[in-house]
Amino acid sequence: MSEKTQGILSKERIKGLVDNFGLPRLIIAGFLLLLLIVAPFVGADLPTQISNIINRFSWNGILVLAMVPMVHSGCGLNFGLPLGIISGLLGATLSIELGFTGAFSFVMAVVLATPFALVFGTVYGWLLNKIKGGEMMIATYVGFSSVSLMCMMWLLLPYHSPNMVWGMAGKGLRTTISLEGYYTQALAKILQINIGNLSIPTGTILFFALLAFAMWAFLHTKTGTAMTAVGSNPEFARSAGINVDKIRLISVVMSTWLAAIGILVYEQGFGFIQLYMAPFYMALPAVSAILIGGATVNKATITNVIVGTILFQGIVTMTPTVMNNMIHLDMSEVIRIIVSNGMILYALTRKTEGTK
Amino acid sequence: MENAPLLEMRNIKKDFFGNQVLSDINLTLHKGEVVGLVGENGAGKSTLMKILFGEDVIRETGGYGGDILLNSQKVNFQSPFDAIAAGIGMVHQEFSLIPGFTATENILLNREDKKKSVLSYLVSDRMDTLDRKKMDENAAESIKKLGVNIDKNMKISSMPVGHRQFTEIARELSKDQLQLLILDEPTAVLTEKEAEALLDSIRGMSERGIAVIFITHRLNEILAVCDKVVTMRDGVVVNESKTQDVTVKEITQWMVGRTLNSDKAAVKKDQKGGNNKTILSVRKLWVDMPGETVRNVDLDVYEGEILGIGGLAGQGKLGIPNGIMGLYQAGGEVTFGGEKIPLNSPRRCLDSSFAFVSEDRRGVGLLLDESLEWNISFPAMQIQNKFLKNYLGGIIKWRDESAIKEVTDRYIDELKIKCRDSKQKAKELSGGNQQKVCLAKAFALEPQLLFVSEPTRGIDVGAKALVLDALKKFNKEKKVTIVMVSSELEELRQTCDRIAIVSGGKVAGILPADEDREKFGELMLKNC
Repeated sequence: MSEKTQGILSKERIKGLVDNFGLPRLIIAGFLLLLLIVAPFVGADLPTQISNIINRFSWNGILVLAMVPMVHSGCGLNFGLPLGIISGLLGATLSIELGFTGAFSFVMAVVLATPFALVFGTVYGWLLNKIKGGEMMIATYVGFSSVSLMCMMWLLLPYHSPNMVWGMAGKGLRTTISLEGYYTQALAKILQINIGNLSIPTGTILFFALLAFAMWAFLHTKTGTAMTAVGSNPEFARSAGINVDKIRLISVVMSTWLAAIGILVYEQGFGFIQLYMAPFYMALPAVSAILIGGATVNKATITNVIVGTILFQGIVTMTPTVMNNMIHLDMSEVIRIIVSNGMILYALTRKTEGTK
Repeated sequence: MENAPLLEMRNIKKDFFGNQVLSDINLTLHKGEVVGLVGENGAGKSTLMKILFGEDVIRETGGYGGDILLNSQKVNFQSPFDAIAAGIGMVHQEFSLIPGFTATENILLNREDKKKSVLSYLVSDRMDTLDRKKMDENAAESIKKLGVNIDKNMKISSMPVGHRQFTEIARELSKDQLQLLILDEPTAVLTEKEAEALLDSIRGMSERGIAVIFITHRLNEILAVCDKVVTMRDGVVVNESKTQDVTVKEITQWMVGRTLNSDKAAVKKDQKGGNNKTILSVRKLWVDMPGETVRNVDLDVYEGEILGIGGLAGQGKLGIPNGIMGLYQAGGEVTFGGEKIPLNSPRRCLDSSFAFVSEDRRGVGLLLDESLEWNISFPAMQIQNKFLKNYLGGIIKWRDESAIKEVTDRYIDELKIKCRDSKQKAKELSGGNQQKVCLAKAFALEPQLLFVSEPTRGIDVGAKALVLDALKKFNKEKKVTIVMVSSELEELRQTCDRIAIVSGGKVAGILPADEDREKFGELMLKNC
């Protein structure tokens, strides 16, 4: 009798756990664990792999965090992330152009990127307020068109720094710019921990933690509360005297600014600035990461960001490595694309709108 | 054979989740007979017609009790298609027409006359082409049956409302098997002349042997065209008589009156006496709220009273609070305590210590996905900076979770909100408890003037009493002036000091709550 009750209890507990954490997350986490167990057997070095995951988490965390404000205000997932990334790239290239070097060039990149992010974010937010209900679609096209426009601008803007322009022509920015001598590893090097093959970029993680904390704190303030309410039921917010458009605009500007900072952090870890079509490929991984983390189209928490980024980056680094070692064929890019797009597709089919 | 009824409804019962809306309805209808169905909003007319028409909503909410017999055969329609096949046609209050199609195309939609083409032999009959000429003839014929003049080639989108209504009726008439036509308030949108034409065509249908169930609020039309009038109230048929024996006054009485002996007891007891200082005055208010247009309202609200606003649905009573609170486009002049209140700005109203409990609980009233704490504290937090802790000299306004919990627990206790705890999500509560949360939200604002719109819509009797008592208590203890809008006259009489009846977007009159029921009834129908 008591055994039976206990059986039911533990069953319920497991069910509760599944409900809380979500079945998809459990499956993905289980898969990731399996990959980590298999890795040493197929000849991949485990500490290196773990460092890889942690590093990639630290590069991408802020870009995923940038999704949070717009999700909260009901603007949906920010497929227009490239716009923010472009602000970041403008900051980065200007910082180099103006001759700043070393870690200080990172600080200047952040400072220079900020006004671009604020202006672009405001225009973008104004646009999204005009087309309520179709935000994600429009956001995608804002991303597309801003990337295309900048493809021309990178060639036309009067940059002169020899480290960035095409060698022969002496003008127009290169597709990839090395950050050696500028801010490569600027954050990662702070308090970095190295044990054998395991290396942890403490500074980058702390920087992410700082911004994540700021976001968490913001959501606990009066304005943050209003933002969540606007996302949850705009009519309710309006009847409570909230200026819905203004709150949405704030969320879009925040998201754009975080994307700008996010790409700078990504670059300092990666060691290169990538221009032209590169920003284009940054939005989807960020979207899928937060969805895997358990966010829905109008609910997202900091935990979703952290869990999602670790799971997503874990899968996209581990799967190709393990597969390549198993079948001795380079499939990494294909697998990465299948996994990340598959995740988005899955998450969007399960998108839950707020109860009406 | 002559005497066998066309339609017989026996002991029809229906409840929505334990809330009885129809009990023991009996209705018989002979060939060519025209029956007028009247009753206040919520009396159960529409539900009864939905049952007859086999609409999905009935089956989804657990079906109905009792039998429906058509030509002495028991029927149980699984969907409106079955009902149509059995010869029942229905014209809804809302148009179901395709705006970009012509009248002909709408009338014959999916029943078009077709011509065979080469492709239809090769593929299937889905490749048939339309026989426009034949279609035009058929459409013209059904329009002729209707006895009105509408252009069969005009697009619906460019037609006046009345003609759209006729197109819909013509569509039903063009069905050969039609035996019974249900008209749900067809004249509400028609001009007097058009209504006249419609009544003529109803007579014509009856002569051709089609039975008609005619739902309307215009009692004179009933008397003009119906053989029999059936009055419903609170889900029962209270009266069924031959039309030649009754008068409009009698019908009104049946519609609004409860059993006569409870007449006096129902009225609010502790009437507010004496000082009648106007606190809110409304002049020439118009509100563009779809379906509840307010045309020209002048209204004075006295300090400390509960003013009721009643009237039939669609006459504009809901538009008044929604317009004043800035949720719909409005114009006119509103002064509160001598100060002019700007319209179209919810924030300014809330700053002037108004509060509003919306009739659209789920759409406007609640954050369904958030906790009760959020729902109750949110407006007070945003408008009055309550439940916030200030850091860095007020730059950071931090949510004070413990103060929020405290106020929520207090209202859960005071209003007896049934919930697990204050963290439960609003969507998990029942309708009545959700309504209490909406009230708590407004109470937490500690307003001087509270608008309450349809506070008891869709909630059960027990919760109704609690909600109304809470309002009365709030009015008495906190000296808050309350303006309450409700479709239920009885409820207004129980709760309010004075009741304004709105009809045709205007105030038809203001009466004390203990005035005769018929007087209210007359006012309700005054400008319809």
